[in-house]
Amino acid sequence: MEEVKLLGWWMSPFSRRVELALKLKGVGYEYIEQDLANKSQLLLEYNPVHKKVPVLVHNGKTMAESLVILEYIDETWPNNPILPRNPYEKAMARFWAQFIEEKCNGGLWKIMWCKDEEERGRLVEEASHCFRTLEGELKGNKFFGGDEIGMVDIAANFIGYWLGVVQEVSGMELVTRDKFPVLCKWMDEFVEHSVVKETLPPRDKLHAEFEARLGAPSWKY
Amino acid sequence: MANNNNNGDVKLIGAWPSPFVMRPRIALNIKSVEYEFLQEQFGSKSDLLLKSNPVHKKIPVLLHNDKPICESNIIVEYIDEVWSAGPSILPSDAHDRAVARFWAAYVDEKWFPNVRGAAAASSEEAKNAAVDQLKEGMALLEGAYVEISKGKDFFGGEKIGFIDIAFGSMLAWLRALQVMLGGVKLLDEEKTPGLCKWAAKFSADPAVKDVLPETEKIIEFAKLLVAKIKAAAASS
Repeated sequence: MEEVKLLGWWMSPFSRRVELALKLKGVGYEYIEQDLANKSQLLLEYNPVHKKVPVLVHNGKTMAESLVILEYIDETWPNNPILPRNPYEKAMARFWAQFIEEKCNGGLWKIMWCKDEEERGRLVEEASHCFRTLEGELKGNKFFGGDEIGMVDIAANFIGYWLGVVQEVSGMELVTRDKFPVLCKWMDEFVEHSVVKETLPPRDKLHAEFEARLGAPSWKY
Repeated sequence: MANNNNNGDVKLIGAWPSPFVMRPRIALNIKSVEYEFLQEQFGSKSDLLLKSNPVHKKIPVLLHNDKPICESNIIVEYIDEVWSAGPSILPSDAHDRAVARFWAAYVDEKWFPNVRGAAAASSEEAKNAAVDQLKEGMALLEGAYVEISKGKDFFGGEKIGFIDIAFGSMLAWLRALQVMLGGVKLLDEEKTPGLCKWAAKFSADPAVKDVLPETEKIIEFAKLLVAKIKAAAASS
């Protein structure tokens, strides 16, 4: 019997990526919500190296790191593939997923926690360049995966949904409709996707959490 | 140009000191695929590199029939998938593959930044902090090696696999760092006995031995690199 468990956190885009992939493939799983302020014995046992979510457990075997888990899911449940089969196309998908993680999400993270206005300005410009590059990869398609969402779209989930909330809370205007019309259109399609919708944390709850965590006044600009 | 039968035209843009470039070189050797090694000049980037990797402008870049593939671990996976008839690099079991990818990511995201941190540290304090992190990482990797190798020589078992390539490619720099930091032990017979044995076996492997540079050569190169970094910092 297949036994699939997912250790996650409602707010984490990383654990939501895994949920999205499982739902796209119609794989049933037991979801175990984690309290990251008080890490459970289970989490510490299953991910001793990083002590983070998500952790996927399949028939007793554990694995960590969301992009690694996505590949496992695609290989284990090959229906509704999220990665291309062609090695070159697959390499490209992996490249863009990594780019999103390192440059786009990485850049956003630095901006979110940067208190120095001048440095933040520089980081925003750098990030803008990365988003322009990413936008170019849509190439007239509905999704990065083509007609259907794929690994790159899933990897970009923070950009697709969380970023909007972060921009609202902070007043940051990095990815706006007039500056990035094509990327914003992708964001619209992404959040409207029938399966993606099921995996998005409630917007008002997310908004409240970001307000609290990012600390209000000193961070708005 | 090498006659590759049905392998197509294979070129690799890189440079001999880069551990990231060593990865696809080892992978191509495992698959017995001949390739043209286009070495970049130290301190400048060729037009071909800038055209082939406009996003990152970094080596390595594999050019397979003129199609560029970038990012070392992604290139290794590509090589494994395209030349599937040769000895396999990724394990066959999906969970084992997830474990392999996990540790390759660990090397790049957690362990390697401390190598740079230790080598380029501006203060004694920063250097010691980086070295402590490296040692912690070595302990984790030792544990992973014992668990994953299951008594065999390599992380990949009887032969070199994905983790071996990802981490083994770092060995020349690891050994050089030990010397440059005045005899710091990262590969430690007492603390990391498994990795010590593994390192020797890995370095001697036919697919590796002509790719992994001598420690002294890396030390020499590191001096050039540090001088360049310092000059850039001084002029900015």
